[in-house]
Amino acid sequence: MTHQSRRRFLTRSLALGCSLAASPLMTPVTFASAPWDSRLVVIILRGGLDGLDAVRPVGAPEFNTLRGGLVTGEDPTTLDLDGYFALHPGLSDLMPLWRAGQLGFAHAVSTPYRDKRSHFDGQDVLEAGTGAPGLEHTRNGWLNRLLTQVPGATAETAFAIGRQSMLLTKGDAPVSDWSPEASLVLSTQAERLLDLVTHDDPLFRDALSEAIDLSQSGAVNLDEEVDTADMLNAMQDRAAPAARGKLVSQIARFAASRLKEDTRIAAYSLSGFDTHAKQSRSIPRAMKQISENILTLKSELGAVWDKTTVVAMTEFGRTVRVNGTGGTDHGTGGLMIMAGGALKGGRVVADWPGISDTALYQGRDLMPTRDLRAHTGWIMRGLFGLDRSLIENTVFPGLDLGDDPGLLL
Amino acid sequence: MSFTPDRAAIRFGCGLSPTRAAPGSVDDMLGALSGPDQAATDFPIPGMDPVYANLLAERDARRAYRKAKTEEDREAASKTLTQTRRSLRIEAAGWFGQTLLRRAQTPDGFRERLVAFWTDHFTAQGKVQSLILSQANYAEEAIRPHVTGRFADMLRATTTHPLMLHYLDQISSIGPNSRAGKRNPDRGLNENLAREVLELHTLGVGGPYTQDDVRAFANLLTGMGFDYKRGFAFRKAASEPGEHAILDGRYDGGGGLDAIHAALDDLATHPATARHIAGKLAVHFVGDNPDPALVEALETRFNDTQGDLLAVCEALLTHPAAWTHQPGNVKQPVDFIGSSLRALDVQPRQMPMKRLGRMRRFFYDPLTLMGQTWGQPTGPDGWPEADEDWITPARLAARLQWAMFTPLRLRRTLPDPRDFVDVALGDLAPEEVRFAANAAETRPEGVGIVLSSVAFQRM
Repeated sequence: MTHQSRRRFLTRSLALGCSLAASPLMTPVTFASAPWDSRLVVIILRGGLDGLDAVRPVGAPEFNTLRGGLVTGEDPTTLDLDGYFALHPGLSDLMPLWRAGQLGFAHAVSTPYRDKRSHFDGQDVLEAGTGAPGLEHTRNGWLNRLLTQVPGATAETAFAIGRQSMLLTKGDAPVSDWSPEASLVLSTQAERLLDLVTHDDPLFRDALSEAIDLSQSGAVNLDEEVDTADMLNAMQDRAAPAARGKLVSQIARFAASRLKEDTRIAAYSLSGFDTHAKQSRSIPRAMKQISENILTLKSELGAVWDKTTVVAMTEFGRTVRVNGTGGTDHGTGGLMIMAGGALKGGRVVADWPGISDTALYQGRDLMPTRDLRAHTGWIMRGLFGLDRSLIENTVFPGLDLGDDPGLLL
Repeated sequence: MSFTPDRAAIRFGCGLSPTRAAPGSVDDMLGALSGPDQAATDFPIPGMDPVYANLLAERDARRAYRKAKTEEDREAASKTLTQTRRSLRIEAAGWFGQTLLRRAQTPDGFRERLVAFWTDHFTAQGKVQSLILSQANYAEEAIRPHVTGRFADMLRATTTHPLMLHYLDQISSIGPNSRAGKRNPDRGLNENLAREVLELHTLGVGGPYTQDDVRAFANLLTGMGFDYKRGFAFRKAASEPGEHAILDGRYDGGGGLDAIHAALDDLATHPATARHIAGKLAVHFVGDNPDPALVEALETRFNDTQGDLLAVCEALLTHPAAWTHQPGNVKQPVDFIGSSLRALDVQPRQMPMKRLGRMRRFFYDPLTLMGQTWGQPTGPDGWPEADEDWITPARLAARLQWAMFTPLRLRRTLPDPRDFVDVALGDLAPEEVRFAANAAETRPEGVGIVLSSVAFQRM
């Protein structure tokens, strides 16, 4: 992956102490407008989200028998969506978005990955977008292939956020990356000296100045001077477990701060969805991450939210039956979550197969009735005006987009 | 452009150390490589056996869980399962710690670098929890014994290694006309390992092979499998019978491992393999755009010696282009942390080893943030080599964070930054780094700035 950014041209070196706007190095290229105005956020939910628990088919006659064991507390129909499906309580904060038509779901979807049900291969297939687990195809990800085809895309166009490298954004097109966890807390003196020991090497000099800039966006306010003791304290705080929880909203805040500028696509992942045991206790926290993340994006994006679509997808769904340990095992058909002001939401889009015994895939999993890449492809076509052939040949090679599900306003 | 001790230690070793002398000559380096493996003795890491034992224990615990008749039995089995998994994580943190200590304390840094290079060239990783943790064990078994031996032997060891068979799906591949294939017509060939051996491990992506070769090679490789009790096991029933034509060779299928070895030996000594390996070595040790003369010298030596890796190392170290004064590669994160530990002379008692929380905070998490999650590259093509892939804003920030804050956690007292410049950079210390070390407000900051300097970050 090649990483660059417009800040490459805006060094903070001591020699160039001029203001940003007056910088002679600020060429038109560096502030070229992005190829489109719409924003896309792709969230990978790692571990295999149980779609049947997130959006429960409470209207199915088999629901109580099959899934009653996962329902705790209140009557599951209180979070009714459309008379058939109901929302998991962990996602209840998203109900206002649903009512506003800014939240939607695609149910019984999957990638073409089948049968082996390995996280590792499943995530590779999801992020490669090629439709087959053959690793010869997985040197790059579908988001990156999209960027290679878009005239006017720069490194700033897409941001990969978070600690872990993602296959989704790996490839020939330049993609920026950042993790709020990497935020630097530096004393003025340290900053000056770091500049001194890196300024002869453009690669390091530019990355450092950008890192210092990015450390300030979407993160804690660090405008005031810090000394070494503050720095050590700040670092220790960051390593504390409490900080980990905050990370999810930090990621969303950071994504929003970029999307309000030249960035058009942000991608990151959330994890904790592999609920093999005691699911009713473990899944609420995982769900909370999703709702917090989406709500943070909304509030931070302000008016830009109206141009934004969020898609959250996972490597596979989970078994329809609850296992012997109060959890669910790796399955097939699953759920895609969509949100945003650009979405025509308030709907559960599905060619719904049902959950009766005969309707299940291999007698155990929700039958996938549509490739989640088709939904994603239609969203990208709608947001970015991409040619159908580009989506079917390059972004998701071999995919038949099928009919337009009309997911956008 | 010729050998200097400090450059040798930085570019081809694990960096400079206040207690371990830099190599005095190329002969010194080759002598150490030909001699006994001191670091492996001082900081032992087991092969796969404890990993398999743990997987068996895990399997037993899962079985006990399923068969549990009372809630009590179930709880007990569940506890055993959790403990089994945790104990492997702790063991693995210890093996990872040993890997880092080898870098910090070895008298023979070039060997550690070669092990890392070849482990990456032959990338294999677990796709299930317990096997993900077996990276150091794989390297110890399949890579380390061969870094100064024949390339063909390393190719045999990796291609037949259980972790590789698991990673590249060989275990699910069965010959369509084998006995097992006829019994299970819905299962069949998986080309993954065959393709990657040709594309990544031997001939290279531009190499002279076709899809037919991949197919034939995949047919030949059927039958290789393993179990946790015996390790590698050849399953004749799954082996595709008939003659398999790969490049210019003809190999008898259905017969066992000998034919597979023969094909691997032919691939290992193929001129395209020599070219591929020569290019990779030069890029990894010298720079992203190495002198073509260096690559040619490595290729020639590889061909002349049928892939004698010690001879290839000699060709590398004796070539003037290897000693260019141009700034070398950016250190990969593991190299950066390893050479920092070495410059700080971190001792075994200072490594948290089996203390998981600290190993995470000091090493696992920072490596991930630097873009190099320990043992888990994003694909079978291993870690990237280009400097730009490692020095992005986020990844550089993670390096600086580590440099500023972790040394103090590892050592109760840090060296005076003014002395530390000489320890860490030797006669290659630039004036501005000396100045900065002197101007830092505190010791941790001074040490951190030295470790953050481009002079330290590059080789």
